Amino acid sequence: MNDERIRTLMNPLINENAITVQILGLCIALAVTKTLATALVMSAAVMAVLVLSGSVISFIRHHIPRSIRLIVQLTIIASLVIVVDQVLRAYAFELSKQLSVFVGLIVTNCLIFSRAETFAMNNRVVLSALDGLGNGLGYGAILVMVGTVRELLGTGKLLGETVLLTTTEGGWFQPFTLMLLPPSAFFLIGLLIWGIRTWKTAQVEPREYLAAQPEEVR
Amino acid sequence: MTEAANLFVQAALVENLALSFFLGLCMFFATSRRMETALGMGGAVFLVLAVSVPLNNVIYTQLLRPGALAWLGLDADLSFLRLISFIGIIAAMVQMLEMTLERHLPVLHNALGIYLPMVTVNCAILGGSLFMVERSYTFGESVVYGFGSGFGWALAIVALAGIQDRLKYSDAPEGLRGMGLAFMVAGLMSLAFLSFSGLRIG
Repeated sequence: MNDERIRTLMNPLINENAITVQILGLCIALAVTKTLATALVMSAAVMAVLVLSGSVISFIRHHIPRSIRLIVQLTIIASLVIVVDQVLRAYAFELSKQLSVFVGLIVTNCLIFSRAETFAMNNRVVLSALDGLGNGLGYGAILVMVGTVRELLGTGKLLGETVLLTTTEGGWFQPFTLMLLPPSAFFLIGLLIWGIRTWKTAQVEPREYLAAQPEEVR
Repeated sequence: MTEAANLFVQAALVENLALSFFLGLCMFFATSRRMETALGMGGAVFLVLAVSVPLNNVIYTQLLRPGALAWLGLDADLSFLRLISFIGIIAAMVQMLEMTLERHLPVLHNALGIYLPMVTVNCAILGGSLFMVERSYTFGESVVYGFGSGFGWALAIVALAGIQDRLKYSDAPEGLRGMGLAFMVAGLMSLAFLSFSGLRIG
């Protein structure tokens, strides 16, 4: 592994993270994180599509006419998603029911598009596959973090196993039902962004307006 | 009539695509910094949803549904092709819509022009069509659903833009400034929209 490859793989994990920095692919990230199991399955599905679409598009990139590249990319991604959808239905039917339309919506995940358009169209196959893997891992990490917090605090369980015994079952833990509702996903990702930006201060957005200082007002 | 009104309210407020199903969020956050862009994006999504959901309904019931090809004497189930055909139809439709607007309604085209192509890969649009299939709406219902869900999405983005317009004067913690704060506000809005659940007309 040379430096370029390592950089391509590691950069999307935190510095260029799909969700917290590029703000891409949010729809799925927020919708499937109610339980850890769905978050894990979705991360795996997105990662598979990212790696495969990156390699396929990069492999044929010299043969795609510029004017119809979007349609070609869309067709390749959609075909891969259909495969993923059918595999999930065959081997994990219950989970695919819970994921409902969101497996199909991987097609319109802007993260996959932006990687295909900006990276796979301009780089060699191995590098594109690594870029897909790195982005998939960075994306999956956020999904798994949010999924863990939501399932653990919302139900006291992780992957269906009881971790914190709830009061209804004679334990001490009072489930935090807000975590099971849609708004909690927004709050958790907002907090994650806050945390990461406190650590990586380069990502802080510039101020649009500056409050007037007392002397200036006078 | 009451049924249609109920479906509209359901699609626009109770099951708001942006705030309770998290659809089209990338654009939702990317274009809600300013009021003008939010209005443009909201209008484009409304227009495309209102046209594409009924259109995909026709395609699905007449061509793809199990047994839909009986008029050809074929017993085929093409429903696994729905993803690829929906996205194709949406892409083609957006293109045609853009050309029609440019020709006949230049004012609207100037306002929505740059947002229309982006709408193709907006998950709210594809999501609307997929929900239409999952809930097996009839043609009439799909028209109402398309209008309702598009209206709800536009309402949500315009409201968020209005709030963000004020928030840029706020003195937020450094790491939270901008995107972090937008997420918090969207969370609070989503919480507020929860209060619509169970709302019925008539």
